[in-house]
Amino acid sequence: MIPELGHLALILALCLAIALAVVPLFGNATSQLRLQVAAHPLALGQGCMLLLAYAALTVSFIMDDFSVVYVVANSNSALPLPYKFSAVWGSHEGSLLLWVVILSLWTIAVSLLGKRLPLLMQARVLAVMGMISSGFLAFTLLTSNPFKRYLPDAAIEGADLNPLLQDFGLMIHPPMLYMGYVGFSVAFAFAIAALMDGKVDAAWARWVRPWTAMAWGFLTLGIALGSWWAYYELGWGGWWFWDPVENASLMPWLSGTALLHSLAVSEQRRLFKSWTLLLAILTFSLSLLGTFLVRSGVLTSVHAFATDPERGYFMLLLLVLCVGGSLVLYALRASTVRSRAVFNLLSRETCLLANNILLMVALAIVFLGTLYPLFLDVLGGERISVGAPYFNFLFVPIMALLLLLLGIGINVRWRAMPSQRLMHLLRQPLLWALGAGFAWPWVYAGAFNASVALAGALLVWLLATSVADLWQRVQQQNNAESAWWKLGASYYGMLLAHIGIGFTALGIAMVSHYSVEVSLRMAPNDKVNVGGYQFIFDGVKSIDGPNYSSIQAQVQVLKNGSVQQILQPEKRHYNAGQQVMTEVAIDAGLWRDLYVAMGEPLAQDSWALRIHYKPFVRWIWLGALLMAFGAGLAAWGKRHRFIPLPVAQTRHKGINS
Amino acid sequence: MHLKRKRKLQQLLLLTVGSGLIIGLILYALSENINLFFSPSEIASRKAYPAQRIKVGGMVREGSLERADDSLQVSFMITDYQHDLVVYYDGILPDLFREGQGIVAQGQLQADGAFVADQVLAKHDENYMPPEVSDAIEQASAAANATVEQTDL
Repeated sequence: MIPELGHLALILALCLAIALAVVPLFGNATSQLRLQVAAHPLALGQGCMLLLAYAALTVSFIMDDFSVVYVVANSNSALPLPYKFSAVWGSHEGSLLLWVVILSLWTIAVSLLGKRLPLLMQARVLAVMGMISSGFLAFTLLTSNPFKRYLPDAAIEGADLNPLLQDFGLMIHPPMLYMGYVGFSVAFAFAIAALMDGKVDAAWARWVRPWTAMAWGFLTLGIALGSWWAYYELGWGGWWFWDPVENASLMPWLSGTALLHSLAVSEQRRLFKSWTLLLAILTFSLSLLGTFLVRSGVLTSVHAFATDPERGYFMLLLLVLCVGGSLVLYALRASTVRSRAVFNLLSRETCLLANNILLMVALAIVFLGTLYPLFLDVLGGERISVGAPYFNFLFVPIMALLLLLLGIGINVRWRAMPSQRLMHLLRQPLLWALGAGFAWPWVYAGAFNASVALAGALLVWLLATSVADLWQRVQQQNNAESAWWKLGASYYGMLLAHIGIGFTALGIAMVSHYSVEVSLRMAPNDKVNVGGYQFIFDGVKSIDGPNYSSIQAQVQVLKNGSVQQILQPEKRHYNAGQQVMTEVAIDAGLWRDLYVAMGEPLAQDSWALRIHYKPFVRWIWLGALLMAFGAGLAAWGKRHRFIPLPVAQTRHKGINS
Repeated sequence: MHLKRKRKLQQLLLLTVGSGLIIGLILYALSENINLFFSPSEIASRKAYPAQRIKVGGMVREGSLERADDSLQVSFMITDYQHDLVVYYDGILPDLFREGQGIVAQGQLQADGAFVADQVLAKHDENYMPPEVSDAIEQASAAANATVEQTDL
């Protein structure tokens, strides 16, 4: 009964989505106000239906309804309750459902918060989101229906959720990532609406900015969670593998970062307008590409579970329709969007232009490295893979250059700035950065290391240039006390996000150069020294979990002869699927992680153990948290900007530009 | 009007040349860093040479896994059911490494024809066979059938 209700709700949601895609635009064309306003209840109705369908699937999981194919494939009566909630998006069908549910939530948010937008814009934006939703709902219903059932012969027991996914990090990773991916659909919808309109003004950019910042923040969190999960769950101690699936989420992030910065120029200086529109289209297209790559199973990586060519073709069709349609519209209408303004070579505009160019180069590096093997494979050529050296060799210098530029960009003003003044502002931060950068590897490791010095210098450079700019801005205000407040949340958000990137960079450099990794054979009471700690293997214990049995190693960690901690890594054997999983034990800290994973059992009670010492690894994710928090602050600070300018003023500005 | 068109043309030219240059450089770096994949049969027919860093793949032959007594050194044979390849590896094998299962290993071919791996990958799915491996096995058996037909004639 409940699965049927869910299926029905899904079908109704598709009907409402199609209505949302058609009715407001028809209202536009025929100037019927009532049809345009109908976008709001349609968006709300679609959202409610989707939440209902989602709830129905969740209830099916909780009640162990093994007549539902999807539940049988991804759950088990012994699966702990929290994982029954997350098992809903544990595989292809459910994660698509989550995708459309999140899209409908963004649609409702636009509908509620966008009531101050011009009616025409509201109708168009919501209609575009309705089109995307229709496509994906049709995909879900036609090829990947999560409510398909075994009737009348229900299964007795489920196959259990993939043990890799039975984990807190992976409970929240997909929703965050999808919030990011799908969040960019808002910027995309606004871009399409602007192209229909043939006009991009400062007010338009002002509306799009907070939405883009929110989506970017979620995507940052999602990527960081994925990296954290890979670090502790895969048992190799790596936090980024340049795996195609990881790259698929990095590409919209790079393009979204460029979009955020280009939007800033479009708002403040009414420049880069058609470029901003193109970036909005590109970013969402890359989000779709990411969904396609992961969901169609064209990739051969640990993440790709679905392998059904029919789904692949449908997905490709959606991708082509969406990208092709929007690019055709862009080609037809972009010439009506003109930017006319001049700026000096030494100006924030130039810096942001350089930012965009560097980000596009970085995007090209990741794009080619990810898709080239795929193209070659499709063309029937050799089977190749592109290794991490390629990405590291090209990506890292580009990012270093970007961070160097960032420090200048924060301090430089719009339009033009005398070079002496800029030099004066930047001299001190530069000295600080160089000094600290050179000193840091000596202080930490007693020897020079160019990469670590560079990362250290860049972090100090970002901190010092941020402080310099903050100080400069406070000084310019008459009242120093209230000046701190007047700068506004979005300014502080911007600074925080930029500093976050510096933290991540330092974490990456430290963990890449000072990690100690040892794989060895250990018999009970064997000792080994790693990174200034002594590890003693005390043998193994057998323990039982709710849906697995486990062998747990006991490893004492000593520093200077005193016991600090007992680490207990496990080798789990899941009952339902008979899979073996490594559960690592980590002693986490701000300055270092101690990481122990079990390998295979060897003769005479000895085990293969993998012991890692990972300095500063937490900084990578700490930096990402700062970035996401900064983005949230920036979006929140711009909330007042939803208020459109009075009509007369808008027109006046429109003429000026 | 003419001046405007000329400027536009210049801009377009600059953009094309610039992005072409960047993509060319990236592709050059890419070609220096690819790992080619070989099956045991391809290695047996000398398609790969020592000193190249390559990937190999195949099924782990039943009963071929041997462990050292005092270290993590292991050796095993991978096969595409036409030819075998001996693989040496010093380290921890992945959870899903098992005899009879498809694996991919990355490393270097030695002069004596053995393969020393620095990375061994088994996919995190019970029924999953790396597509490179299944392709390699298919090709190898197709090639074998062809030679059998030829000898029949």
